[in-house]
Amino acid sequence: MGHLIPPSIMPFVLPVLYAVVIVAVLPLLAGYIVLMERKVMADMQARLGPMRVGPHGLLQPIADAVKLLLKEDIIPDKADRLMFWFAPLVSVTMALLAYSALAIGPAFQIADLNIGLLFILAISSLGIYGIVLGGWASNSHYSLLGALRSAAQLVSYETAAGLGLISVLLLAGSLSMKDIVQAQSDQGVWFGFSVPFGFFIYLVGSIAETNRAPFDLPEAESELVAGYMTEYSGFRWSLYFLAEYANMVIVAGIATTLFLGGWLRPGARYHEHIPGTGIEWLDALPALLTLGVALYSLKLAPKQPVKIQKIVMVLVAVLCLGVAGVLAGALLAPPAVMQGIHGAFWFMAKVFAYIYAFLWIRFTFPRYRFDQLMRLGWRFLIPLALVNVIGVGVAIVLRQQFAWGPIVSLIPTTLATLGVAMLLAKDDVPVSEAQMADGE
Amino acid sequence: MSDERITKTISGMDSVNSTVLGADEIILNMGPQHPSTHGVLRVKLKLDGERVAGSECIIGYLHRGVEKIAEHRSYQQFAPYVDRMDYVAAVSNGLGYCEAVEKLLGTEAPPRARVVRTILTELQRIASHLLWLGTHALDIGALTPVFYCFREREEILKIFEKYCGARLTTHAFRIGGLQYETYDGFEEDTKRFCNDFAHKIDEYETLLTENRIWVGRTKGVGILNAADAIALGVTGPVLRASGVKWDLRKAQPYAAYDQYEFDIPTRETGDTYDRYVVRMEEMRQSRRICLQAVENIPTGPIMARIGKVLKPPPGEVYHSIEAPKGELGYYIVSDGTTQPYRVRVRPPSFINLQAFDKMAKGSLIADVVAIIGTIDIVLGEVDR
Repeated sequence: MGHLIPPSIMPFVLPVLYAVVIVAVLPLLAGYIVLMERKVMADMQARLGPMRVGPHGLLQPIADAVKLLLKEDIIPDKADRLMFWFAPLVSVTMALLAYSALAIGPAFQIADLNIGLLFILAISSLGIYGIVLGGWASNSHYSLLGALRSAAQLVSYETAAGLGLISVLLLAGSLSMKDIVQAQSDQGVWFGFSVPFGFFIYLVGSIAETNRAPFDLPEAESELVAGYMTEYSGFRWSLYFLAEYANMVIVAGIATTLFLGGWLRPGARYHEHIPGTGIEWLDALPALLTLGVALYSLKLAPKQPVKIQKIVMVLVAVLCLGVAGVLAGALLAPPAVMQGIHGAFWFMAKVFAYIYAFLWIRFTFPRYRFDQLMRLGWRFLIPLALVNVIGVGVAIVLRQQFAWGPIVSLIPTTLATLGVAMLLAKDDVPVSEAQMADGE
Repeated sequence: MSDERITKTISGMDSVNSTVLGADEIILNMGPQHPSTHGVLRVKLKLDGERVAGSECIIGYLHRGVEKIAEHRSYQQFAPYVDRMDYVAAVSNGLGYCEAVEKLLGTEAPPRARVVRTILTELQRIASHLLWLGTHALDIGALTPVFYCFREREEILKIFEKYCGARLTTHAFRIGGLQYETYDGFEEDTKRFCNDFAHKIDEYETLLTENRIWVGRTKGVGILNAADAIALGVTGPVLRASGVKWDLRKAQPYAAYDQYEFDIPTRETGDTYDRYVVRMEEMRQSRRICLQAVENIPTGPIMARIGKVLKPPPGEVYHSIEAPKGELGYYIVSDGTTQPYRVRVRPPSFINLQAFDKMAKGSLIADVVAIIGTIDIVLGEVDR
């Protein structure tokens, strides 16, 4: 193929291919994250969730997408038409653009920027303009309040989450996504374990940034109907929706890269081989897992009530079997290919684990009130994050001066931050309305 | 803009320029189609930012003229209508009406009927409180408890269904007693439910009671002190959470309540958290009453001898019971015919809703939904 493409555009071929794949796959992925969310929610709430469209609701996202595309496109009479049209595009464009620097495995990355993390943060922050403009352009009180809340919330929690990330940047010494993962590989420990408080702060901050419960105030259903999206419907609404879930994958991707070892395999230092082959036990795990899912789907297939559902279930099994085949085949391929494919698998597995934590939190906790949200951000998370960053700085000095190990040097930091956290939490008692009126 | 003008604007003296600054108050219509107004309540909120400067409840969207209908129905014919007022606690409504008419007739239901009525009414109280808990938690953003609550409420509705064939608008009682005998296994079903339910309440409490966010969202929100509560005529758990120990089941016992031991839970502050705690404890007490009552249901007739055509002597009567939401009273005037001359209902939701403005003033929008939830209104009863 090489001789067909002029060498001058050769470096752009793969990135463009990846970009097309991401733009094509992401809406589908977002749809299936919604399905996953509904299934997880149903499981936690003692119900079944979607079961009608396809076996176990597997085709539900497609039905939803078709419905949204066919819906009437309503622009409210008094809305600012241009802004109303423009705002969802801003949101979704920024969300998709942020993927360009995300490294899904060592091989799959559109652009390895040396300021990768900074780029992702900057771009995904711009997405807030979509929310604010949309809320303003709708010319509705609910939308406006939703947009205002969103702007205030993002400013507060971006700060906290950013400080949480800085603790990792100090340890990794780089902003490039690839180098950060490499640093974790070199130091032999995921940064989530060496700076647990950085991880915690980022977890809370990222939930707030993506407007998920318990920080879903901009779209708090029981208060503001649907917040900034109240006046949107049909395709425009689905663009916001896509942006929201795309952002969720982005923050999960950042957390995975920075705190959970990116595409590194769990037990990366454990090299026990299967006897007689050059294959490591742990490398066989992904293929076996997907094979298990395939067999389970096959077992479920005959139990489906309708023929078409049986066929879909078999197709799912075949798909899983295909993935298992690719993962198994990669074991025999050259190491670079093998690491690319398995890295992507582990990366996605961690991203989904992180999203699962999001969902779990959503279905467990009530929603914060706006002033409480602000108090938590400014009086708890940000001071904690500052202490944590200073502590990491001290740990690095300890490491350089006394040659302490990467984990040992951070233990005092973690303990100190824990102490500060308990101190701050004790101070953060719920205040009565009267006190609130006096104080603020 | 000069400093002088800004000062003027903020103090509200220069309302024309206030739009320039954007410091004016906005009017937000909450409802009648809003997810958290529990039906068709419309609340007009005057907002200063997100803070509530004033509020006005606009009701009447569900008005069906129940009281007027009563004047054109015989006493027995009207009984199913009362189920449609507080439709999540139909059994309690029926009990209040039947006992009021019995009082007017100067008769009483037989002991067996009264005990069965007590059991069913207490089960209904649990069901009503469960619905309140689920929706209240949902308003505050906890998505999961509502499904657990509905799971247990379903067991109660199954008992109702087995007893009288209906789940919601049951028409379980008749004037003078009961239409149906209890079904085989009624006692066992009730006991099984009560025994299971003890753990279930604990389960709800693990999700909410000590949850920091829940406490933060409910403590100090919508405070109603005892003096205000009494002045506004508030009754039920809302009154008891303000520290007033007033429960008609103890104060003027009806049905078979004088035979059973139970406590009246009260709290001091009168905030949303206190009302939550009081209702949780009330469910436990209702369970206690059910367990005592079901142990010893007297035998005997279930219907008093009152005849087929009811013609109460001319006169008037007021009878009230402790419904799940507060004092539910019926004032019936008879002119000696088969139809009441006038029926006036004192619905607890309607009167408790009066306290809304007092509770909501100075709170945030997020608190407004918490406060609507904590009063526990049913619009069918507010509008009648």
